[in-house]
Amino acid sequence: MLGRTLREVSEALKQGLVTPTELCQRCLSLIKKTKILNAYITVSEEVALKQAEESEKRYKKGHSLGDLDGIPVAVKDNFSTAGIETTCASNMLKGYVPPYNATVVQKLLDQGALLMGKTNLDEFAMGSGSTDGIFGPVKNPWSYSKQYREKRKQKSHGENEDSHWLITGGSSGGSAAAVSAFTCFAALGSDTGGSTRNPAAHCGVVGLKPSYGLVSRHGLIPLVNSMDVPGILTRCVDDAAIVLGILAGHDPKDSTTIQDPVKPFTLPSLTDMSKLCIGIPKEYLTPELSSEVQSLWSKAANLFESEGAKVIEVSLPHTSYSIVCYHVLCTSEVASNMARFDGLEYGHRCDTDVSTEAMYAATRREGFNDVVRGRILSGNFFLLKENYENYFVKAQKVRRLIARDFVNVFNSGVDVLLTPTTLSEAVPHTEFIREDNRTRSAQDDLFTQAVNMAGLPAVSVPMALSSQGLPIGLQFIGRAFCDQQLLTVAKWFEKQVQFPVIQLQELMDDCSSIFENEKLASASLK
Amino acid sequence: MWTRALWLGLRASAGGRRGFPSKADPQGSRRVTAELIEHLERLALVDFGSQEAVARLEKAIAFADRLRAVDTDGVEPMESVLEDRCLYLRSDNVVEGNCAEELLQNSHRVVEEYFVAPPGNISWPKLDEKEPFSHC
Repeated sequence: MLGRTLREVSEALKQGLVTPTELCQRCLSLIKKTKILNAYITVSEEVALKQAEESEKRYKKGHSLGDLDGIPVAVKDNFSTAGIETTCASNMLKGYVPPYNATVVQKLLDQGALLMGKTNLDEFAMGSGSTDGIFGPVKNPWSYSKQYREKRKQKSHGENEDSHWLITGGSSGGSAAAVSAFTCFAALGSDTGGSTRNPAAHCGVVGLKPSYGLVSRHGLIPLVNSMDVPGILTRCVDDAAIVLGILAGHDPKDSTTIQDPVKPFTLPSLTDMSKLCIGIPKEYLTPELSSEVQSLWSKAANLFESEGAKVIEVSLPHTSYSIVCYHVLCTSEVASNMARFDGLEYGHRCDTDVSTEAMYAATRREGFNDVVRGRILSGNFFLLKENYENYFVKAQKVRRLIARDFVNVFNSGVDVLLTPTTLSEAVPHTEFIREDNRTRSAQDDLFTQAVNMAGLPAVSVPMALSSQGLPIGLQFIGRAFCDQQLLTVAKWFEKQVQFPVIQLQELMDDCSSIFENEKLASASLK
Repeated sequence: MWTRALWLGLRASAGGRRGFPSKADPQGSRRVTAELIEHLERLALVDFGSQEAVARLEKAIAFADRLRAVDTDGVEPMESVLEDRCLYLRSDNVVEGNCAEELLQNSHRVVEEYFVAPPGNISWPKLDEKEPFSHC
């Protein structure tokens, strides 16, 4: 059951083949078994079971709330959840319990979803590895997969099995790992520079970043107000579309959400490929791109072409400056957004009581890690009176050029852009930590952050396994507010490539029997 | 172009005050002076904590300097991707609130319905009054 799609499980729940409580308990048990991944910061067991109970009552009466009723989901720990600790993986908010739900969380709960817990992330969503939070790094489930392990055995013998574990990517690594390891059917992440798509590609799941303005940010602890978007992680594109349909829409509490009416949609099957135009941005072919990703990218382009789509090379001339521009804008907005953490109304507070400023400074020193502090200081530098024009305003102008690049490309007839998501497959943690957070972010966000600057929708879809047995995903970028079209193309692609299911039996010894029983039960669904 | 002249003027005066290398410096690297460190720490109310952090800032600035190569003449700064739309403003009616007790619960120091702050008229000490990088 856990390996099925949302629609299939929803159908099974309606038919009574499985109950929400059973689903909930299986997921909770899996969470315990996969504790080594460190994907969850808080597991809201009691809350989930209570929600399951209520969902079950609804199903018995035949009054289910929709496709998400009784479905286990997880939420990244920078979304406010009423009554459940929300930490952003930082000492600053350790012990902080919000008095309200983020709008997207509320929407999920209103649909009857079961909240399994809050997932791990980089501190304040700053990072590209999910390694820099106070609760420790998240481990990529693929580190324990049969596919990866078999390839490794061929290379090395007698090595400590766990020392070479891989990162999930970030910063929504916990959410990606939670979905990848079957502990929930969907998870919320946040995407500011690729934080949903990057771990999705590394963990072999679908990571969707909706158009900016489509989904409410109310309750998402902000990083960069002009670029943040709640992200959706699922195991297939159709599931992502279902969740998006529920989350999208105007929110009076977030004035940056568009007011156009939005309705849930289903994804049609693509039949006439000849009307589709795929753009391949040539500037994305960088020397740092691994040859495996490059060849998969080529293969994907050829696939579209062979099926009748028009595939053309396009140019996004300011690509090489986008990461720099992002760096300046991000740190500047962060410097402003982090100013709210002063220890007075919520969060950590130090013991000093000498003066307000001394208290703020000590609180912030104790509460933030080096990465956060570094970004605040850089941001403050760029916002100094003498630097404002040269750095901040300059970056804003470059942002317009970047956004314009995309507009020009889409105006020339391109429907969807096809690019890599990451430079390579997931790397071992020992290798990742050789460079500092800022350098890594600059490297890893290369293909993903320009999308945030332009506010466009993008989705990472897993394509194939690398020679090491690890997932590689490709990114599709769509026109603003054409999320449905984007997902339609992504769904077609997903069906063509048939990405393999992760084999985690080793990690979940006695869980394998559950998967066996599933196969018997699933026969009745056909 | 008056904006460009202004920009160059700002750079020159900034260079003079803060001891940055002159424009002739081929690297264009900015040394982060002690004065700047103090200034940033005071503005951000966050300290560098170590020499490494200062080095990281220098690298960050050098990285950001690459933007200079982009020609942005006549380009307006972009504040938001939704700039061609009107921001939603809800009507000025009270629809929620009355949650003072809930909000006060999250604070560490509260007296009745007040958040308690230490005295505010004491300024953050100057660099020479503090030990350099005493907190690592």
